[in-house]
Amino acid sequence: MSAQGEIPTTRLRDELDGRPGEDAHLVLRRVTVLDPVAGIDAVYDVVVRDGQVAALAAPGEADTEDAEVVEAEGLHAFPAFFDPHVHLRTPGHEHKEDVETGTRAAAAGGYCGILAMANTEPPVSTAAGISALREQARVGASVPVGFLATVTKGMEGAELTEMVELREAGALGFSDDGLPITDAGVMRRALQYQHLCGGNIALHEEDPRLSTGGAMHEGPVSAALGIGGIPSVSESTMVARDCALAAHESARIHIQHLSAAESVGIVRAAKATGVQISAEASPHHLCLTDEEVRTLDPHRFKMNPPIREERDRQALIEGLRDGTVECIATDHAPHQPEEKDVPFEQAAFGVTGLETAFAALHTELVLPGTIDLALLVERMAGGAEPFDLPRPTLAPGAEANVVLCDLGAEWTVGEDGYESRSANSWCAGRTLTGRVLMTVAAGQIAYRLRSFSLGVAS
Amino acid sequence: MKHLLSIEQLSREEIEAILDRAESFAEVGRRDIKKVPTLRGRTVVSLFYEASTRTSSSFDLAAKRLSADLVSVKAAGSSVEKGESLKDTIATLSAYDPAAIVIRHPYAGAAQMVAGWTTAGVVNAGDGKHEHPSQALLDVYTLRRRLGSLDGVRIWIVGDVLHSRVARSNLIAFERMGAEVTVCGPPTLIPRGIEELVCEVSYSLDGIEEADVVYALRMQKERMSESFVPSLREYAACFQIDSRRLHPRQLLMHPGPVNRGVELSGEAIDSPQSLIAEQVAAGLVVRMAILYELLAGGESSTPSTAGEGSRPTPIGTSA
Repeated sequence: MSAQGEIPTTRLRDELDGRPGEDAHLVLRRVTVLDPVAGIDAVYDVVVRDGQVAALAAPGEADTEDAEVVEAEGLHAFPAFFDPHVHLRTPGHEHKEDVETGTRAAAAGGYCGILAMANTEPPVSTAAGISALREQARVGASVPVGFLATVTKGMEGAELTEMVELREAGALGFSDDGLPITDAGVMRRALQYQHLCGGNIALHEEDPRLSTGGAMHEGPVSAALGIGGIPSVSESTMVARDCALAAHESARIHIQHLSAAESVGIVRAAKATGVQISAEASPHHLCLTDEEVRTLDPHRFKMNPPIREERDRQALIEGLRDGTVECIATDHAPHQPEEKDVPFEQAAFGVTGLETAFAALHTELVLPGTIDLALLVERMAGGAEPFDLPRPTLAPGAEANVVLCDLGAEWTVGEDGYESRSANSWCAGRTLTGRVLMTVAAGQIAYRLRSFSLGVAS
Repeated sequence: MKHLLSIEQLSREEIEAILDRAESFAEVGRRDIKKVPTLRGRTVVSLFYEASTRTSSSFDLAAKRLSADLVSVKAAGSSVEKGESLKDTIATLSAYDPAAIVIRHPYAGAAQMVAGWTTAGVVNAGDGKHEHPSQALLDVYTLRRRLGSLDGVRIWIVGDVLHSRVARSNLIAFERMGAEVTVCGPPTLIPRGIEELVCEVSYSLDGIEEADVVYALRMQKERMSESFVPSLREYAACFQIDSRRLHPRQLLMHPGPVNRGVELSGEAIDSPQSLIAEQVAAGLVVRMAILYELLAGGESSTPSTAGEGSRPTPIGTSA
């Protein structure tokens, strides 16, 4: 088998931190392999050994000696997913999530790597903070994790962190996510300083002077409900500002959780003029609209940026199609019931998404024919490259990052509980089609669905 | 009807049923002894997380006139101040096995959440800027008594629509009863997207002469500091309903409390066209009707026909 894709020279296991374990020796027999970036779309025996995709053999012909064999006829293997936007809530909010539970949730969702945000308590603003988290990941992470540091000290938006030292300590990039960097001067300095320290800067785009008091998208639904609005312009004006600054400083930025149609248009235009900019969209923004908020259910439908109108959702989908949005990111934001069992306006922002992202998008966008399966698979793994990490691929010789899915399996979200410590899934109670059966991350088996039994080599 | 959480949930028929019930309670109110035994032995909890005079007092009196046992809790001075969550407060009060919980809360959806936590019937007495259904019902009741019907009646709702739960509930209720509603106020106080609800939007009083009813909203002083309007003076110059702007043919309403000299001039308040006092009176009978529908609904009787079978009987009157 000759793959078109290049085999990355770096590996997630070297670039990120995870719990060391045994390399899997696995044969996925007669599995349908789809890796659109590598140009692979056929039935093979996938052989995983020594941390690599050792071979894509003709169906039924792989050497299975000493290997765990999975009879996978009718199932699909994709490059495992990569999520550049996860809240592990550690340190400080371990009652919501920690490195262990968050990476278990990631593994259950088919992810082989994630990036953790720095808006913890205290925020990750020091080299010591980064080092402590990396140590935790080496002890307890089911999938490799990278940690971002804050752009400004304590996320206060005023002074830059020691970005060189943070990079040396292993910060994969920088973000004040959760809060915008409101001061354009500070933003500009960070972009200038990037030429010294490197590392992408991921941006939560929101002008708080336009969004304060808001709890949902501003539009006809917020008018009907009497809930303060977060207008689309609170995002798009900041996206426009930062595109202009990045262009001016020849710097590199990553726009997080795009939600408004206007923002997509601005990113598209910036890319066309050569600005070094990448962008992500979240499954809930791709699947839901503010009509859901009429239920006043903060568990599933309160997040920031908010779910917006159908025209915004369509713009995000178009952005996925044309590459304006190169990756899907969950913005997995765990919260405990006491922060959500309160009236909508009082509830915490955020929903979990790691365990359901693929199944939800497969159900809501692929099955109805809105986007192709290949596009979804490509975008689910698109979050690595903006942070200088190798894109997961099934090309032989590459690090083994594989997700095995049953695209016909129906399941009801939450029925069997969650791997995450929190249950504020926007999919709670939904029946989804498509389920992750097994995840191989950096060569190791990170997850198996409990009810999925493995065959034994004959 | 198990709960009254919003006007949005009510059909025209359901609104009319409550109003008809309120009419029969109005008759009770003209008797010497204004009490009926309908809810004897049942408990009504009234739980107010916000200041209120007329809504809380009229719900309390309504419960008493229906012979219910009343527990009235104000957030100030209760364990809410000690940090108890709404959910825990409801669990605590539910231990009294109330038949109904009347709740006012500063945030949208609170009453709906409470309905999910208790077996009691829940009445929304105002949730944030979302809805205030009992106010809308008493306003429709007041207008129906005066005009007979709201079909084709042109109503202007004037003022701070953005922050008003009364505006939202009344807009829905008036439209559902066949009226044509215009909302009017400075553009900063008209919520973006309200034009997609069934109504006209006007940013000035031009054209208000076409209205049959002018419904003015309370203008809160803190809106100035938030730059919604430059000054009360300018607001009053543009939007105050005074005797010059109010045509003798038009009716005037206001949910109270009024800022005299701001949204309404003193003359307008005291003019014969003003229905403000009638609205307050209507509040009692409409809230009796709401409690009745929730707790004794399904019985088709009217309380005015005393002494027949299980129908509500005025206490102390001989059948």
